[in-house]
Amino acid sequence: MPKLSEFLDRSSIFQLTWTRFRLMLREPEAIFWIFIFPILLAGGLGIAFRNRPADVLPVAATNAQMVAVLNQSAELHAQLLNETEGQHALATGRVVLVAVASPAGVRYEFDDTNPDGRTARRAADHALQRAAGRRDVLATSDQLVHEVGSRYIDFVVPGLLGMNLMGSAMWGLGFSIVDMRQKKLLKRMVASPMPRSEFLLSFLFSRLAMLVLEVAVLLGFSWFAFGVPFRGSLWQLGALCVLTSLAFSALGLLVASRARTLEAVSGLMNLTMFPMWILSGIFFSASRFPSMVQPLVRALPLTAAIDALRGNMLEGLGLGQMLGPLAILLFWCVVPFALSLRIFRWR
Amino acid sequence: MAGNEWALHLEGLRKSFGDVQAVDGLDLVAGRGECLGLLGPNGAGKTTTIEICEGLTTPDQGQVKLLGLEWKRNAAELRQRIGIQLQETQFTDKLTVEETIRLFRSFYRRGLTVDALVTLVELEEKRKARVGGLSGGQKQRLAMALALAGDPELVFLDEPTTGLDPQARRHLWELVEELKRTGRTIILTTHYMEEAERLCDRVAIMDRGRKIAEGTPKELIALAGGEEIVELGILRVADAERLAGKLKALDGVREHTASEGLHRMAVSELHRTTPGIFAVLEEEGAHLSEFRTHSATLEDVFVKLTGRNLRDA
Repeated sequence: MPKLSEFLDRSSIFQLTWTRFRLMLREPEAIFWIFIFPILLAGGLGIAFRNRPADVLPVAATNAQMVAVLNQSAELHAQLLNETEGQHALATGRVVLVAVASPAGVRYEFDDTNPDGRTARRAADHALQRAAGRRDVLATSDQLVHEVGSRYIDFVVPGLLGMNLMGSAMWGLGFSIVDMRQKKLLKRMVASPMPRSEFLLSFLFSRLAMLVLEVAVLLGFSWFAFGVPFRGSLWQLGALCVLTSLAFSALGLLVASRARTLEAVSGLMNLTMFPMWILSGIFFSASRFPSMVQPLVRALPLTAAIDALRGNMLEGLGLGQMLGPLAILLFWCVVPFALSLRIFRWR
Repeated sequence: MAGNEWALHLEGLRKSFGDVQAVDGLDLVAGRGECLGLLGPNGAGKTTTIEICEGLTTPDQGQVKLLGLEWKRNAAELRQRIGIQLQETQFTDKLTVEETIRLFRSFYRRGLTVDALVTLVELEEKRKARVGGLSGGQKQRLAMALALAGDPELVFLDEPTTGLDPQARRHLWELVEELKRTGRTIILTTHYMEEAERLCDRVAIMDRGRKIAEGTPKELIALAGGEEIVELGILRVADAERLAGKLKALDGVREHTASEGLHRMAVSELHRTTPGIFAVLEEEGAHLSEFRTHSATLEDVFVKLTGRNLRDA
């Protein structure tokens, strides 16, 4: 063992990488944004958009006979009110529908812009018609399906994963580099025999080490708490995360390559990430944007990343079936990296 | 000495930033094992010069040779063999002293151990402390440890004691003296004359990008015209002209300048000249507001050469 520790002490790439990793762990805010925040977001969204069992809708009717019929329906709970009382209850939201007996039959009073009102209208009509003797001519039966993978939480988790990979890679790289430049530490390091390539690589390596934790925490939580599906191969999912993280690391490096102050780099970061927060389909499908802007939306690295992550997790697609998004991600790895190497300010 | 015997050899160095000529035709050499000081006010071109030597700035013109090597051809080797302390580097607050030293030590193929470095700069007690919690003097000693990580033959120190309190400054001086004892060549910039006098074997005084004087501190002080400086402030006197004339003519007075009632004289032997000064003051009926003497310093040299003070130049 002493041999290994001696070797690690002497290895500049190990020391640089380990230093980066150590510094990330010593930054409590970073821990919050990288680990806690995505879980809170996933948890919150999962609860807000959970698929609830169909509610029992409160309705009113103007005679006892109708109340009895309506109460036989599993979807409705009826109470006896006269028409005036019923209209008042409707206006204040205590009932969603009032069935008023009239000489001609039954009149339904409800708000047709309220989905609950429309549902109650159908259920009440069905119950009353059957009680009046209507017979269904077609034999039907229900088979209930609560499909894992088609819920909102299933849709949003790959989006959150992509957003998280983007944020942590860009902030992780951009902020630390500019901070070191501002403190003249970058200049001091360049004045030592430190290999510059190892300096840049150390950011990528520590990023990848962090990535394992980050992805495991978010996906582990989503699987455990919501049973989010993993239909594609797990190693391909891992590879996608790595590729995504590399693309955003390269972009972070580019954004940080010239900036001298933290204020400047923060502005540039937000400018770079803002369009992607909006356009890349984190919370809703990017295909909802008009077809005119679709080429732009598709070219963004986050759109490609999220498409590929959803393809893997929800549709079980293999990498070979997602060559388009993969090519876009690869482009975003190579071009910003090459560009930033050319313009990087080392002091 | 042959060209590669010098630890440092600069010839015809020029560098400008926009309209500002930071270094304006500088020649400078330092022998092996020598401690050479660059003394001058802020903006004299000291830092630009030292950063050109360190390979961090490329000169517009001129030649730089360190240990017989050149930045253009031997950068990788030079980085291994020199040690550098820069002005105003802030090390990472959240790393410990030991972690920071270990990181920098890993960049060098050979050098001192982390333990030896911690001991050398006397930070044993702060070894596990975070850099953010160190005092100014301790941070500066950490910077020295990092400069020494590769056991360098040639060490550049850019204003190593600026902003430190007197005690921390003396502590750092002792460390530099320790480095001199181990035979390293040291190039040091400073605007503190006491620092240059105490540490440097030779001093180059810089002003506005040029070297205006060079020599051992003793030689330079001799340039100031005498070993002792007498300053007197005159409150009232009947005939200032005549007073100045008489003071100038006194035996043992080498130099005399006067402005706004303040007379400054360089004298060789204080005990012989002082009675004469008071006799003249008596004769002329001059009222003194102050009377001061001090041994001549590099500051006096600078004043003599430029007519300005080092601090407010």
